[in-house]
Amino acid sequence: MIGFATRRLIQALIVMLVVALLAFTMFRFVGDPINQMVGIETSIEEREALRERLGLNDPIPVQFLRFVTKAAQFDFGTSYQFRQPVSELFAKRIPATLELSLTSALFALVVGIPMGIYAGLNRESPISKLFLSVSLVGISLPTFFIGILLIFLFSVTLQWLPSFGRGDTVQIGSWWTTGFLTASGLKALILPSITLGLYQMTLIMRLIRAEMLEVIRTDYIKFARARGLPDRLVHFRHALKNTLVPVITITGLQLGAIIAFATITETVFNWPGMGLLFLQAVQNVDIPIMSAYLLLTAFLFVAINFIVDILYFYIDPRLRVGRP
Amino acid sequence: MPYVSNEEVTAAVQDRSSEQPAAGRVARILDSDLFHSFLRSKITVVAAVATLILFLLSFLAPWVAPHNPFDLATISILDARVPPIWQEYSDPRFILGTDDQGRDLLSGIFYGMRISLIIGFCSVIAAAVLGISLGLVAGYMGGRVDSFIMRVADVQLTFPAILIALLIDGIAAGIFGGVDREFFAFYILIVSLALSFWVQYARTVRGSTMVEKNKEYVQAARVIGIPSVIIMVRHILPNVMGPVMVIATINLALAIVTEATLSFLGVGMPPTQPSLGTLIAIGNDFLYSGEWWIAIFPGLALALLVLNVNLLGDWLRDALNPKLR
Amino acid sequence: MNVLDIKDLTVEFPGRKSVFVAVDDVDMSVDAGKILGVVGESGAGKSTVGNAVIGLLQEPGRIAGGEVFLHGKRIDNLPYKEKRLLRGRKIGMIFQDPLTSLDPLQTVESQLVETIRTHLPLSAKDAQKRAVELIDAVGIPNPGERIKQYPHQFSGGMRQRVVIALALCAEPELVIADEPTTALDVSIQAQILELMKKLCEERNVAMLVITHDMGVIADITDHVAVMYHGDLVEYGETTQVLGAPQHPYTQSLISAVPRPDVKVERFPVVNYIEKAGTPQKHIDISTHWLGKSRDYEKISGPLVQIRDLDMRFEVRGSVFPSRRKYFQAVKKVSFDIQQGETFGLVGESGSGKSTIARLITGLYDPTGGSILFGKTELTSLKNRKDVLAMRRQMQMIFQDPYSSLNARMRVRDIIAEPIKFHKLASGNAEVRQIVDDLLDHVGLGAQAGQKFPHEFSGGQRQRISIARALATRPRFLICDEPTSALDVSIQAQILNLLKDLQEELGLTMLFISHDLAVIRQMCNRIGVMRNGELCEVSDCDDLFERPQHPYTRELLDLMPSMELLSRANLETS
Repeated sequence: MIGFATRRLIQALIVMLVVALLAFTMFRFVGDPINQMVGIETSIEEREALRERLGLNDPIPVQFLRFVTKAAQFDFGTSYQFRQPVSELFAKRIPATLELSLTSALFALVVGIPMGIYAGLNRESPISKLFLSVSLVGISLPTFFIGILLIFLFSVTLQWLPSFGRGDTVQIGSWWTTGFLTASGLKALILPSITLGLYQMTLIMRLIRAEMLEVIRTDYIKFARARGLPDRLVHFRHALKNTLVPVITITGLQLGAIIAFATITETVFNWPGMGLLFLQAVQNVDIPIMSAYLLLTAFLFVAINFIVDILYFYIDPRLRVGRP
Repeated sequence: MPYVSNEEVTAAVQDRSSEQPAAGRVARILDSDLFHSFLRSKITVVAAVATLILFLLSFLAPWVAPHNPFDLATISILDARVPPIWQEYSDPRFILGTDDQGRDLLSGIFYGMRISLIIGFCSVIAAAVLGISLGLVAGYMGGRVDSFIMRVADVQLTFPAILIALLIDGIAAGIFGGVDREFFAFYILIVSLALSFWVQYARTVRGSTMVEKNKEYVQAARVIGIPSVIIMVRHILPNVMGPVMVIATINLALAIVTEATLSFLGVGMPPTQPSLGTLIAIGNDFLYSGEWWIAIFPGLALALLVLNVNLLGDWLRDALNPKLR
Repeated sequence: MNVLDIKDLTVEFPGRKSVFVAVDDVDMSVDAGKILGVVGESGAGKSTVGNAVIGLLQEPGRIAGGEVFLHGKRIDNLPYKEKRLLRGRKIGMIFQDPLTSLDPLQTVESQLVETIRTHLPLSAKDAQKRAVELIDAVGIPNPGERIKQYPHQFSGGMRQRVVIALALCAEPELVIADEPTTALDVSIQAQILELMKKLCEERNVAMLVITHDMGVIADITDHVAVMYHGDLVEYGETTQVLGAPQHPYTQSLISAVPRPDVKVERFPVVNYIEKAGTPQKHIDISTHWLGKSRDYEKISGPLVQIRDLDMRFEVRGSVFPSRRKYFQAVKKVSFDIQQGETFGLVGESGSGKSTIARLITGLYDPTGGSILFGKTELTSLKNRKDVLAMRRQMQMIFQDPYSSLNARMRVRDIIAEPIKFHKLASGNAEVRQIVDDLLDHVGLGAQAGQKFPHEFSGGQRQRISIARALATRPRFLICDEPTSALDVSIQAQILNLLKDLQEELGLTMLFISHDLAVIRQMCNRIGVMRNGELCEVSDCDDLFERPQHPYTRELLDLMPSMELLSRANLETS
């Protein structure tokens, strides 16, 4: 177990280093950082002095090392547009994105998993076919258009729910703000989290259904039926457990994807999260924010993958127990 | 090890069907299981016809569209924001109404769909060529080449395509510094979509290649002395194309959606050459002031296009998967 | 009263074009403590009989007529729920592949206990006790500990024992075993068959054994039912049916079974099933392209000399050499193959015999030793031209007829490829003519060239493989289990064809097989392999009559006895 975890940790570290190299390349070579920091009237000497002070004349490996050390301490430099440290900008916006992502992930899992199991077990039933058609519409509608439709219906036409912002928030601790504790905060959360979760929900449902269909055809399921085991045992103890391994992988990846897709949802609903910040950075070529966002999301994905690998280890005895 | 097929019944059925006399190519396609499963699924037939119509409408846009939305001479700002014809204050010239600059929405949709489709096709082909080549090489060569290509793929796979496309777009904008953005947007989109989607092809092709590589027909070719490159192209490639076709179809839908999303977010096609996503982005600003049609109609067109392509892809996947038959 | 009675059973599979009758009007019955064998070649419908009895027909199959009785009670028309209760409780089932029959994520104990408690009113504790007893009864040592393990911790033979224990959980009256030993090695097969026979007698269970293997039938069954294309062609006591078959199909089937005790010149042609491939047009080898210009260097002495051949595969890679793990597939093997002879390599799976074939043809690079082909050392060939010259002289025929041909190429192109690649003919017209002649010569006919491989049966595909191998005009032919995926009657035809070709073309052959009987029919000299080592090399008859190595003796003892089989129609040498 410890060997397995260490190997995975080392792999995760390597991935992070590669991403850091990418982020650094972006940071250092896309556009001139000095030009972005100073005004037009700054003299060449002043620029050169600043360059020296920032260490931009050091050998590249030294610069990279400095970049990584700083990033590990959450120091990502200063935003070109806002003239503020990137880490401060992020800290303010992380709670909004995380609350939105968590809510929609929960929605996707709670609705998607049972639908997938049902459709996998009752392949021919009309309800399964309905689920499947709905899911196809779900993956065909682009996220942003779902958002627009929901706003048009529930905000503009019916005027039931707000179409932008987080509503009222409550301060918890020194920097966390939550919308979970106020009525308007919860109301504001409904449309964005459905928008964000719908696509993931359909994906999870379709995946579980496909895996179920695959597992049901294996010899050990046939043998379990031939032993006369009741359907309940065959379906839930044998079939479902064997579908878990691939399902957990993809679900893990999808939960990571939610953070990325939040960018779109946050734009549509003007949700003050990291995604909105990132998008503004892309539009204004604000490289420090872009590279920090890249590092942060990479870290989240790598962490999720690591957890998924450890989960495997508990589910699949073939990894846990060696051959005699 | 001795081996006896468990599915002797299936084998026997196939044996019997092979007794039929060999027919011509067209007749064989019409008689194939694939074609029959196509006809059996009514939804698929409808989707195929709808897709064909949408493709024709967009590629023939200059001839079938009632107006030319890019011809400044025929556009009048006085016609701006005219509602669709079944509403009050409409204009019979504009069936679905007009946008904020007085361009006919229906024509705009045809032209926009054309841009979306061209970008979709180009990026799917580029991603497929890149992914298939790398997947073939990785799967056939194995060893270090394989681990290198697959590590890159793994790292990239942890990021959703949309994020990669956004990043590439941002970097490109940084490099080109905003000059000629209108000119470059089209190519930047294709490159960023292709670079976001190649991984799926590479992984699938690599997996199938590793299976095919160990099959005896490949070993037989090696025993004859045929060089690796020819084996890959002539023997393995045709045998791994089935899953590639499925991915390509589904990716066409995905590429169209991603392109629309990027354009909607303002980093894709500019308003002067609007794709469907750009049209929706323009319309989004007028949603609250009651001019809903400017955003909703292009959105519905996009959804219809993607849904039909997805339906075809879904059917193709099930039809080509022998396990589900 | 019989435990199982099948009366006029008909099973149909409605297809797109027509209804396929898999089982047509079949009667049979089994008594307690007796074993009924159902034997037939692929497509005979034998598995369908078993599936119909236990009620697990694959969609869209259905019982279209007839009745199935268990202890006189009709069971084929029971509602789903009652049918399910019969399974496991009254009827146990054993599948072919033990590697895929068990849920990989559950311990053996939990699978046994859940089955026991589904059928018997036992407490968890009693069920556990019973599970341990069952594991003990099927001959797994140390049952108390092993039962806590997962399926992947058991070997193939042990897993099949677990599968048998699972089938016996609730003391069923009938056990259906569908090819129970086909996926196992000879030595394991013998043990499993013995176990099944023992359990059948001790527990007074009726057993229905479905198999393609006459050896299994001769070994353990009391009665036998011979099936052919859904029909029951012969049914009776095993000694009777095998010793004095009445139906022409049974007669030809039995005569096609290769026997370790008699060596035949040619197998009797079985023309009951597939048109025996007799060449439609005879080509004169002495003047034809195929026999002409065999411009190879003359060699005196053995054609192939193998010395201290070593091959190891990396099983686990690691940055640190000390942590890498290797599998030694071939260990210090040395032997010679004389010109014009057929050298046999025999051994169980994993013995390294196929690896040797792949080392000689250059598909793998050996980790040590030398392979001398004529005067050329193959392991040190670097120049591409020399490599190709060697490749042309040796060709290989593979085991699996379904994967050894590229499904996307026409048969004509498959056979033309080596001719064109090695530039052995002067133009497209000549290539075309040669391909047509080759197809004729292997008994398919020239018109076969226009078709795709999937339009052919397994035996026909193996003929295409042979034609492709001949297309470089080789002088050395390696056959790696060329018939082990084929039905016996087809196997007989292919073996005859190989014998004819060798004689006509003066080929030297390396013949690899796990089947001692086939080896005896084909080879002049034989090497016995185990765990990568060559135990013994001797002349064919010596090996069978005076085996030297203890392992050879063990292998010979394990072979199912064929003495029951009728000896009519055999031309012995």
